[in-house]
Amino acid sequence: MYLTKRLLLLLLPLFLLAGCNRQEAAAPAGQLPAVTATPVSGDTILQGSSGDATTFLPVLASDSASSEVNELVYNGLVRYDKNLQYQGELAESWEISPDNLVITFHLRKGVKWHDGAPFTAEDVLFTYQTYIDPQVPTAYAENYRQVDKVEILDPLTLRVSYKKPLAQALISWGVSIMPKHLLAGQVLTKSPLASAPVGTGPYRFVEWKRGEKIVLAANPDYFEGRPHIDRVVFRIIPDESTMFLELKAGGIDMMGLTPLQYARQTESPEFIKAFGKYRYPAFAYTYLGYNLNRPLFQDKRVRQALAHAIDKREIIDGVLLGLGQEATGPYKPGTWPHNPTVRRYDYDPAKARELLAAAGWKDSDGDGIVDQNGQPFAFTIVTNQGNDQRSKAGEIIQRRFREVGVDVKLRVVEWASFLKEFINPGKFDATILGWTVPIDPDGYNVWHSSKTRPGELNFIGFRNAEVDTLLEQGRRTLDQGARKKAYDRLQEILADEQPYTFLYVPDALPVVAARFHGIEPAPAGISHNFIRWHVPKSEQKYLQ
Amino acid sequence: MPIYLAKRLLMMVPLLLGITLISFVVMHLAPGEPTDLQTQLNPEVSIELKERLRAQYDLDLPLYIQYGRWLGRLARLDFGDSFAQDRRPVATKIAERLPVTILINCLSIAVILAIAIPLGILSAIRRHSLFDRGTTLFVFIGFATPSFWLALLLMDTFGVRLGLFPIAGLKSLGFDYLSWWRQLLDLAHHLVLPVFVSAFGGLAGFSRYMRANMLEVVRQDYILTARAKGLPERTVIGKHALRNALLPVITILGLSVPGLIGGSVIFETIFAIPGMGKLFYDGVMMRDYPLIMGILVMGAVLTLVGNLIADVGYALADPRIRKA
Repeated sequence: MYLTKRLLLLLLPLFLLAGCNRQEAAAPAGQLPAVTATPVSGDTILQGSSGDATTFLPVLASDSASSEVNELVYNGLVRYDKNLQYQGELAESWEISPDNLVITFHLRKGVKWHDGAPFTAEDVLFTYQTYIDPQVPTAYAENYRQVDKVEILDPLTLRVSYKKPLAQALISWGVSIMPKHLLAGQVLTKSPLASAPVGTGPYRFVEWKRGEKIVLAANPDYFEGRPHIDRVVFRIIPDESTMFLELKAGGIDMMGLTPLQYARQTESPEFIKAFGKYRYPAFAYTYLGYNLNRPLFQDKRVRQALAHAIDKREIIDGVLLGLGQEATGPYKPGTWPHNPTVRRYDYDPAKARELLAAAGWKDSDGDGIVDQNGQPFAFTIVTNQGNDQRSKAGEIIQRRFREVGVDVKLRVVEWASFLKEFINPGKFDATILGWTVPIDPDGYNVWHSSKTRPGELNFIGFRNAEVDTLLEQGRRTLDQGARKKAYDRLQEILADEQPYTFLYVPDALPVVAARFHGIEPAPAGISHNFIRWHVPKSEQKYLQ
Repeated sequence: MPIYLAKRLLMMVPLLLGITLISFVVMHLAPGEPTDLQTQLNPEVSIELKERLRAQYDLDLPLYIQYGRWLGRLARLDFGDSFAQDRRPVATKIAERLPVTILINCLSIAVILAIAIPLGILSAIRRHSLFDRGTTLFVFIGFATPSFWLALLLMDTFGVRLGLFPIAGLKSLGFDYLSWWRQLLDLAHHLVLPVFVSAFGGLAGFSRYMRANMLEVVRQDYILTARAKGLPERTVIGKHALRNALLPVITILGLSVPGLIGGSVIFETIFAIPGMGKLFYDGVMMRDYPLIMGILVMGAVLTLVGNLIADVGYALADPRIRKA
């Protein structure tokens, strides 16, 4: 739920965060003739990871490589299922009080930590205390600081109370629960669990060769049944071309493809026989954001004109090779908060010129650039280095803007300087950036007018009283219908106001070796039933 | 001599201090801070939390106090703990990466010498021959080829199409279950492509030096004398000329000692080898100050020591320098 620095890195790891449904899967659908009667255990899956993990303490881990491992080693109380609905994990069930202020969790019986110790409500309380401990350098304390108190009613029952209703309250307990008996009374950052995690999840930690690989083994006592694949090995291969060559040579079984690899380099019959390619919209979007504190962008008609001047389809075809879809708002198409009926801005240069003229921008001196009071319409788009898709999109936009008489420069800046010098102090005209889309639709931090201080996320300075109210409503009720109403209206306003021109939602393009069966693409991606993936005996590649 | 040595050693102290001070200041001048990666544009982080995190890393203190504290730790030979999320000691992190980097650098220098020296000699002897022109072309192609491109080409050919060599990494999956000699074989198998790629680019420099030195030497009077004595050409070149021509090469070799601990980011990234280059690069990207300083100090010390050894060597050979 942080900003994507490089969309290319936005591969599978993040989608694992989207929740893993590990319930009993039906017979593997979509696998044509090779439907096997009963899945057998065995084999190893080698996953490519572009970065090494940093720490396996869930409270400190903020990178995708560490989170990906933690997702298999740890459990939360709740999670999102394959259709992005709440589902119990370590919690068997829960009740929410009518005033939405108290959640009572009933924990699963008989769950054991990987070292054999029993899992109890004490562990949950300890995890909560760790998150709010001021001595713990975590970036994820905010949701837990809103908790009023956590009480243990009995070893398997827990009551959490809030002062104000919080829409994200339930899913915030999807956080990885950490073992109290191994961590209590220690300096957290020095704990051995940072490099050798002990959880309750489907896989047990085996070893971590830094910079080389991370090995996990199936947990035979997992409460939802033993995973079929014996071992998971994350191979750390920083370069995407090398990773792709390793994939073709059989050195890894699973990775995320780039649009170029998906569209142009994986079409051979041998590749299609050896691998299954998947494609579904990613939880992310890329946008062109206008700095609304600049006089240039204060007129809504100007922003609408610019939206009409951009051909989104062209950007998707050019930058993503068609592997994406047009974005119209901040939510992922096909998920419940998404409103498909908002105003759309078709590519229409004539309309764009018309709107600019209405706002007082006309080409009075005949130099091809529209002007007002002798000032030409010129500005700079900044974006960060290391993301080719963004700078390419910028070049395409630059050309289209020129056609309607707007002179645009493009500046690409290294990430840290980009934030410190341009975004945080608000010293930019417009920027091309991307957000990952959280499954929970709360957009308070990005759109609320109180979040416009330097370093906060509403860095474009968007202030709209109705939006503020809608955001307040949306995060303070747990009723999905009421929330949908608020967020639908929010999307209408955003589409009309165009503080961002939403550009595209890229596709996630995972590829998995064909010997793995039981993969079911769903709204949550493909990893939701990972523990039910299996390899028929005759196709197994690695013994042990 | 002892006085000269003492003087030189004493001079190294302010020099090292100056290097660390400049590195420290320049590093902090770069925009961005270690906590940024965690907190910037993260919707769950409040401004108060950012301040608290900064305080935990001492980043809220004035720069000279931060430098003083760092220097105090360094005096006790403590590089401090990394600012990365794992908070491990910098010394441990460096120690993990150093052996691989040194191994590859040593191997590649050995390969370079083994190829470049004979190449240089032969092209000098047969100056302007087809062989000379051919090798010149060859080594300059090596010099001009981007290593990442060559690496990918070789991986695709030998790894994917022919299946002769592993593509990335240094060990097979089942490395730990192999007997020691199989482990050695496995490692060697994985090292072929990386060492070849890193050596290929270095051939040009050394072979050109060797060729130039050789040309210089064969013009000397003592070679003429050797030939006049009626010695076979083989002895003249192999014994009399070669020894003298090698001297400058050895000097260059001595100066490349600090380079042994440095790695190339591009190279290590392509081959997925966890070495010093990647460690340093990631450290810079994350603004991991203690790690950056640790590696810089090591490099500085090695350079200073390397220079000292070279100078002492000269001093031993040349009495005039000792008195100066």
